[in-house]
Amino acid sequence: MAFDKSEVEKIAHLARLHINEAEADEVTKRITDILALIDQMQSVDTDAVEPLAHPLDVAQRLRADRVTETNHRDELQTLAPEAQDGLYLVPKVIE
Amino acid sequence: MIEKTVAELSTSLAAGDISSVELTHAYLARIAAHNDVLNAFITVCEDSALEQAQAADEKRAAGDNSPLLGIPLAHKDIFCTNGVTTTCGSHMLSNFVAPYNATVVEKFNTAGAVMLGKTNMDEFAMGSSNETSYFGPVKNPWDTKRVPGGSSGGSAAAVAADLCAMATGTDTGGSIRQPAAFCGITGFKPSYGRVSRWGMIAFASSLDQAGTLCKSAEDAALMTNTMAGLDSRDSTSIDKPVEDYTATLNDPLEGLRIGIPKQHFAEGLSAEVEQAIRAALKEYEQLGATLKEVDLPNNHLSVSAYYVVAPAEASANLSRYDGVRYGYRCENPVDLEDMYKRTRSEGFGDEVKRRIMVGTYALSAGYYDAYYKKAQKIRRLIKNDFDEAFQEVDVIVGPTSPHTAFELGAKTDPVAMYLEDIYTIAVNLAGLPGISIPAGLAQGLPVGMHLVGSDFAEARVLNVAHQFQQATDWHRKKPASFSQEG
Repeated sequence: MAFDKSEVEKIAHLARLHINEAEADEVTKRITDILALIDQMQSVDTDAVEPLAHPLDVAQRLRADRVTETNHRDELQTLAPEAQDGLYLVPKVIE
Repeated sequence: MIEKTVAELSTSLAAGDISSVELTHAYLARIAAHNDVLNAFITVCEDSALEQAQAADEKRAAGDNSPLLGIPLAHKDIFCTNGVTTTCGSHMLSNFVAPYNATVVEKFNTAGAVMLGKTNMDEFAMGSSNETSYFGPVKNPWDTKRVPGGSSGGSAAAVAADLCAMATGTDTGGSIRQPAAFCGITGFKPSYGRVSRWGMIAFASSLDQAGTLCKSAEDAALMTNTMAGLDSRDSTSIDKPVEDYTATLNDPLEGLRIGIPKQHFAEGLSAEVEQAIRAALKEYEQLGATLKEVDLPNNHLSVSAYYVVAPAEASANLSRYDGVRYGYRCENPVDLEDMYKRTRSEGFGDEVKRRIMVGTYALSAGYYDAYYKKAQKIRRLIKNDFDEAFQEVDVIVGPTSPHTAFELGAKTDPVAMYLEDIYTIAVNLAGLPGISIPAGLAQGLPVGMHLVGSDFAEARVLNVAHQFQQATDWHRKKPASFSQEG
């Protein structure tokens, strides 16, 4: 599968990363190499193979639907770059 | 004293030959003397360590003789520690102080161990050389021009140079076993789900597993006794009773069937490493084991499948770093999108960004079946290979890494770096327990031997490793520049 600079821009946007013009060629080359490594998988026929998502291959454990956590909002918000009145602040989204 | 194993220190503490405060002072002095060169620690907790040591000595005086009581350890900087910075080796979290302890940290605290500090690591555990750390590379105590391996390179170097008695690590594709091999120590990764991942910063959630870096298999057993167990806060932690992993260490190996995977002795393996491992296998024959060649026909696809699964999971896990709730935020964002993009581009290093992009690509519309689903199918084939092999043998033994520690800056190509983990990655994909133990020296550098067990056969793997260490003294070898005289 061809992977070029426009693809890098698209993927970077999806991942909310900014790739500047100076790095774009290098990043494209590196990712192309990695995809070539990954593509070695295609050499094996796996049509009849069941995917394995997880090594334990067991059902998730369930717990009773009870409140177990206490409120730590103030403590957690001291970690925020910007918070005020119990809210996280971000640049203005709606004018 | 500082070069002793945890088991030996535990005996000395119990006998009153030394106090935890004295021992803690000794390790803190080692760190002060050598960390500038090795860069193994990101954070050193002198005051709280001495307080914990004091508390341990008081408990000891009151009759407590728990095996890890008063033993100084280091935590990989991926485990959240209440009130102490947890950076994960990243600029993104360079100012992050968690408001809680990871389950692993809590368990060592309860056992009375003394936390000396937090160790350096590849950024978000993505690397095999410790060179992707925002805090600079760690140096290998055997040769400071060489890498310690990664991602738990700080923990491995700290143990090897006696800057601590034991350390925690995490292993997603080899991140405990490969640095243990490069630094000449014992590194144990239990089965997936054996140790809680709660409070351990996530890289690839279906692969990540916490484990031990230490000076012997016996120490790994003591540490695993403390770390393992069901945790209601980690829904993937396994509901199986925790064995006493020290109880079977001395079982004789008579009749043990060792599998030799032919794929792990093929092209790419250095002749000197092969020689050391073959000699170690002879030792096992002396101990009563029989050797049998086993086939892992899909092993060569493990790196390819891993570099879909791990980046895909990482791209999801690392989406949380958005500059809103904690961690780094860029200066003067013009709008929300600018804030997200610049925060993430400035906060993450190149390797982390590459993996996020590969994962995003693999999961993006139109590519899911060709990449993610295909990788999961390969993962099944790899697991099946192991299941079949374990029908015929009890453990699988080979080299941990194709060669000994390489020089800093020697591998600039990411794909070459990824192939470093060719013998270890399949074990994570299958979720099995694996250990690396010292098995020789090649041109003065440690060679690691890799032992793999079937699902939840921790006790067996540790027993087989321990018996080798009873018969040999490779695990007692020390790097000359950091031996106590040095």
